[in-house]
Amino acid sequence: MKNLTLASLFFFAAALHINTSYATEFAYVTNEKDDNISVIDLSQNKVIKTIPVGERPRGIIFNKQHSLAYICASESDRIQILDLNTEQIVGELPSGEDPETIALHPNGKIIYTSNEDDALLTVIDIETATVIAQIDVGVEPEGLAVSPDGKIVVVTSETTNMVHWIHTENNTNFANTLVGARPRSAKFTDDGKFLWVSSEIGGAVVVLDVNTQEIVKEFTFAIRGIHRDRVQPVGVELSSDGRFAFVALGPANHVAVIDRKTMEVDKYLLVGRRVWQLAFNDDQSQLLTTNGISGDVSVIDVKAMKVTKSIKVGRYPWGVVIRNVP
Amino acid sequence: MFEFTMFLIVIFTVFIFTQSLSAIVNISAKKQFFAIGLSLICLTTLAQPQPITLQISYVKFDQQQASNVLNIFKIPEDSGYMGAELAINDSNTTGKFLKQHFTLSNFSTAKSDDFLRYLDAKYLQGQQIFILDAPLTELVKVDKWAKNKSLLLFNVSESSDELRSTQCLAKVFHTSVSNAMKSDALAQWLLHRRMNKVLLVQGNKAEDIQLAHSFIRSAKRFGIKIIDKKQWDFNTDLRRSTQQEIPLFTQTVQDYDAVYVADKSKEFAEFIPFNTYLPRPVIGSAGLEALAWHGAIEQWGATQLQNRFTDLASRAMNETDFSAYLAVRSIAQSVHKLHSKDSEKLKEYISSDKFELAAYKGRKLSFRSWNRQLRMPLSLVHPHALVSQSPQPGMLHPVTELDTLGFDAQESHCK
Repeated sequence: MKNLTLASLFFFAAALHINTSYATEFAYVTNEKDDNISVIDLSQNKVIKTIPVGERPRGIIFNKQHSLAYICASESDRIQILDLNTEQIVGELPSGEDPETIALHPNGKIIYTSNEDDALLTVIDIETATVIAQIDVGVEPEGLAVSPDGKIVVVTSETTNMVHWIHTENNTNFANTLVGARPRSAKFTDDGKFLWVSSEIGGAVVVLDVNTQEIVKEFTFAIRGIHRDRVQPVGVELSSDGRFAFVALGPANHVAVIDRKTMEVDKYLLVGRRVWQLAFNDDQSQLLTTNGISGDVSVIDVKAMKVTKSIKVGRYPWGVVIRNVP
Repeated sequence: MFEFTMFLIVIFTVFIFTQSLSAIVNISAKKQFFAIGLSLICLTTLAQPQPITLQISYVKFDQQQASNVLNIFKIPEDSGYMGAELAINDSNTTGKFLKQHFTLSNFSTAKSDDFLRYLDAKYLQGQQIFILDAPLTELVKVDKWAKNKSLLLFNVSESSDELRSTQCLAKVFHTSVSNAMKSDALAQWLLHRRMNKVLLVQGNKAEDIQLAHSFIRSAKRFGIKIIDKKQWDFNTDLRRSTQQEIPLFTQTVQDYDAVYVADKSKEFAEFIPFNTYLPRPVIGSAGLEALAWHGAIEQWGATQLQNRFTDLASRAMNETDFSAYLAVRSIAQSVHKLHSKDSEKLKEYISSDKFELAAYKGRKLSFRSWNRQLRMPLSLVHPHALVSQSPQPGMLHPVTELDTLGFDAQESHCK
């Protein structure tokens, strides 16, 4: 009996081992100027294939099951649906003109997309592939985020310099907060109490209280040898352990690491040129950055807080998402 | 914070007032509460921002375009105004969230007297913000007229260096780029490319000679040598004889690396490229131009601005459109921020360090405190593509490298 248990344990461990050695993660990077997606195998740190998509792909997200990707093909004026197993475009969602960024409601049924040319936020029902609502927002809407409880969606507008707060229940705009010039990314904290927003030209990241929609903290950045005008925060990622915030600083070619306990900037990591968007892998041990001008992706080892690798992708990599591949 | 402090102060005064009143006429406590309540209601309505409606006038002084200019170089009649209109639309989109509304009126004349009369009449009606699309002589008159008046004025078309260096205007902000900024941008590029010897070719109009002067200043500033200077005399019709005329005209004793051509209205400049005696690049009014805006610019979100403009105007956005766009955006962004339309307050804010304008240039723009010139990077373009952007890499400056373009504080008599 004892032997049997041991044997089964051993077998189980072996099976687990096989499982982990074969499991890997794929990162999907949209190349804005190449009209395709680079697929990176993170176990090898290299591009294993390139998938052609519509024109000027930018925002990219997965569905809840991580079986499909939704891609904003901005110049093609549509959201394309990519089947991640067959790597074929299997359909489209109506998006309105020039969709740039995209966000999924936590219920997995609704997609939000910002229409950069039309100053609109479009609400799309995935199942019926129909537009449920279009909400007037500021000029050049960009950053999008849905609160973890699914009650609020926010969108930033680059030329209006605002965060627009919208109730998802009735799709109405209930508040607007003026922030620094050219707001780009918005991210809710996991508890849904705070919203982080980056302002590219304003050169700052602000933290807003979700209850009052007011700014409670502002971060500015100073890197030796780089003029402050070139410090332009874009992508923001918050680690789910609540310890760190990472901010891509655009043409400053650095990612800022903010300690969320002390609320101070901890350090700056040198990455590729014009760093844009960020994405964690599943266990958040790695953070990937898209670097627009150098056309590559930098890999940050989160534990060591070091850049360990840069991977050449297509021209103007924009968005990045990572999923587990069994 | 300010509102809240005000609120406390008012509550306190009302309380004191009702207290002392009750001491005299013996009002009940209930009535005291009523009075406080009433003041509370008044205050909440006060705390709500009052809607703002702001009128801006686009005032243009019509100038005759040279008659023998090719049609493709003629400047559209609505140049500038369409840029202002687009900025009004953009600002109203923001404005609707802030209860602010901007309107634009348009006036143009070719008579100097009418120009001033219109401004004066509008000013008497209470309007204080004007976008001026006018030459130097008119701007100087306007500035004189504006003395001791509460006004916010923008120059969106005049590029002359005098206005930024010697003939300083006390009241006018410049969103149009000066000749000096452009020639500095080109000289920096020459330096970067190590093209140190330049042949200077100029037209015979005052505006061409101004451009040439500007380039001579820049050449000196960046160590570029002008090996020869020639003036085109316009005694042939180049459309039929470029291949015979230009090589001879550009033959020099000394070798040159590039040809700078100063011909503002492009009457002959475009015939110089590919016809120079030595096969060398042409810069200035043809070939490689330094511009604030051009249809080929697409970086830093510029595509969206270009698309919005083309939808509105059915043509590409030019420099004057862009300057007018920036002028209106400067006003509107300040109104958004201050929630005030007081022109003195706006002026103070626009001149301050706090002012930052996002202008699709990859960095924030601000005005130089000494001559109220908007500092900005310039694009070096040929007709169909962006070649480079100045300030060139490696140009250093103690404050901002943007001030390596145009008149820096110590070079300008303005303050």
